[in-house]
Amino acid sequence: MDDLLEIPADLTALPTPDVAGEWKPFWDAATEGRLLIQACPACGQRQFYPRAICTGCGGEPEWLNAAGRGTLYTFSVVRQNLVAPFKDMAPYVLAMVDLEEGVRMMTNVVGCKLADVKIGMPLEVMFVRAKEGLHLPYWRPRAAA
Amino acid sequence: MSTNRTPTIVGAALSDYPRAPHLSERQHHAQALTRALASSGLSIKDIDGFMAASMGAESAISLAEYFRIDHKVLGGVGIGGAIFEWMVQQAAAQILAGQCETVAITYGSDLLTRSGRTLGTAGFYRAGDTISTSVMFEAPYGSTIVGAYAMAARRHMHEFGTTSEQLAEIAVTCREHAALNPNAMYRKPITVDDVMTSRMVADPLHVLDCCVISDGGGAVILTTAERARDLPVKPVHVLAAEGTQTHWNISEMPDFTIAPSAYSGPRAFAKAGLKPSDVDTIQLYDSFTITVMLMLEGLGFCGRGEGGPFAASGALKLGGQYPLNTDGGGLSACHSGMRGMHVLVEAVRQLRGEGGAAQVPDAKIALACGSGGFLSGHALVILGTELP
Repeated sequence: MDDLLEIPADLTALPTPDVAGEWKPFWDAATEGRLLIQACPACGQRQFYPRAICTGCGGEPEWLNAAGRGTLYTFSVVRQNLVAPFKDMAPYVLAMVDLEEGVRMMTNVVGCKLADVKIGMPLEVMFVRAKEGLHLPYWRPRAAA
Repeated sequence: MSTNRTPTIVGAALSDYPRAPHLSERQHHAQALTRALASSGLSIKDIDGFMAASMGAESAISLAEYFRIDHKVLGGVGIGGAIFEWMVQQAAAQILAGQCETVAITYGSDLLTRSGRTLGTAGFYRAGDTISTSVMFEAPYGSTIVGAYAMAARRHMHEFGTTSEQLAEIAVTCREHAALNPNAMYRKPITVDDVMTSRMVADPLHVLDCCVISDGGGAVILTTAERARDLPVKPVHVLAAEGTQTHWNISEMPDFTIAPSAYSGPRAFAKAGLKPSDVDTIQLYDSFTITVMLMLEGLGFCGRGEGGPFAASGALKLGGQYPLNTDGGGLSACHSGMRGMHVLVEAVRQLRGEGGAAQVPDAKIALACGSGGFLSGHALVILGTELP
């Protein structure tokens, strides 16, 4: 319980997104340290994951830079995953984070001790280079405002 | 005189479980259908509607050929383990509309024999995979099936003070009922303490909060109430069949404490003209203890957030108000990947009075609810021995 939750040592071993497809703008922004979500100019709905259509009104959503701040909605300490590379990472914190902008995303909480992970804790995004052209968002504790 | 076309289940059977290395997926379908036909008094040539789902490669079209079913209606699209309740909804509508007369719904899975016991904790993507679907926003973080349900359990605990001990009561209850089922995978009684001290797979879910992995299939045959009158069986009428999907990937679940059955449940009760307290036995898809708890709340057997105390109240045991999973459930008896068929067949068995040592006395109304994906889709069927 006292070990620091760390980012996986070898990110190249992770299953990774196809950064060249439909979601290229998201992954391009991530390499620049920006977290993109979507907002609809017609109805104002915000959404993540990004889609080619607004699920609120059927309109065309636009990209929005998120502030990168959120709180922990829920989590599980995964102690068993039979597949590499996660097999050797366990235990790790599988988590859902609520962004200030009102959307939610999956992540791993890193940069703190397992015992300190609590629902409602303030988090901030960080980007970690996995390989050429791919930076993955992770979330770590932040000091409350 | 108008014909009574009330959709009615006249055949229901399971294939061999929990271990069936002698059966392929296709043979599970065939054995279950043969048994369901035998229990209905119908011939395979009476079937003019067909729906099927498998854990592996067998599709409705390949099986329709295998069985040589000349169908007027074909179905096979659904949502994971809840698919069979959705199929009952489709079959009932088609029968009511006069599109066909007799529908067979079959399921087969040789999951345990083929894959071993890895489904819940193997994750879906491995080193080096490149993902081009929306799952790319989950795959790098090592989401597993157990981990997904564990996140729902954790949120429920946070919002309502639910405890691991209360979740464990569901596993203990299912094991008690499994002890009465000679075919159940595990029959030795367990205690809350046994669950609590069992290996943690993904906090807060222990290994005994998780279903077994088995082989198994099943079949259900539906026809009209009119036709059922001529058959040597106790008819089981479909009073309502409703399904709701709120998401597919776990990260898209709108509220981790509200299952889709919170929407499909009230719709089904309204259509049946019944309320939860009218139900004599409940067969709920128990992939995990938390799955059952969220269904109990969603379907209205207890209030939202009250699932913990309710699970510990004894109401779910044989002799209680809502005997749960009288075959022992997926937690102890049988879970071959898509348990929606098994909850359906057990509900029919109870209404036919075939429950054996686990028979609920004088059962007239039964509810079976399937769950697919990651609490993604819940479809339920309310069945009754009396015509509506």
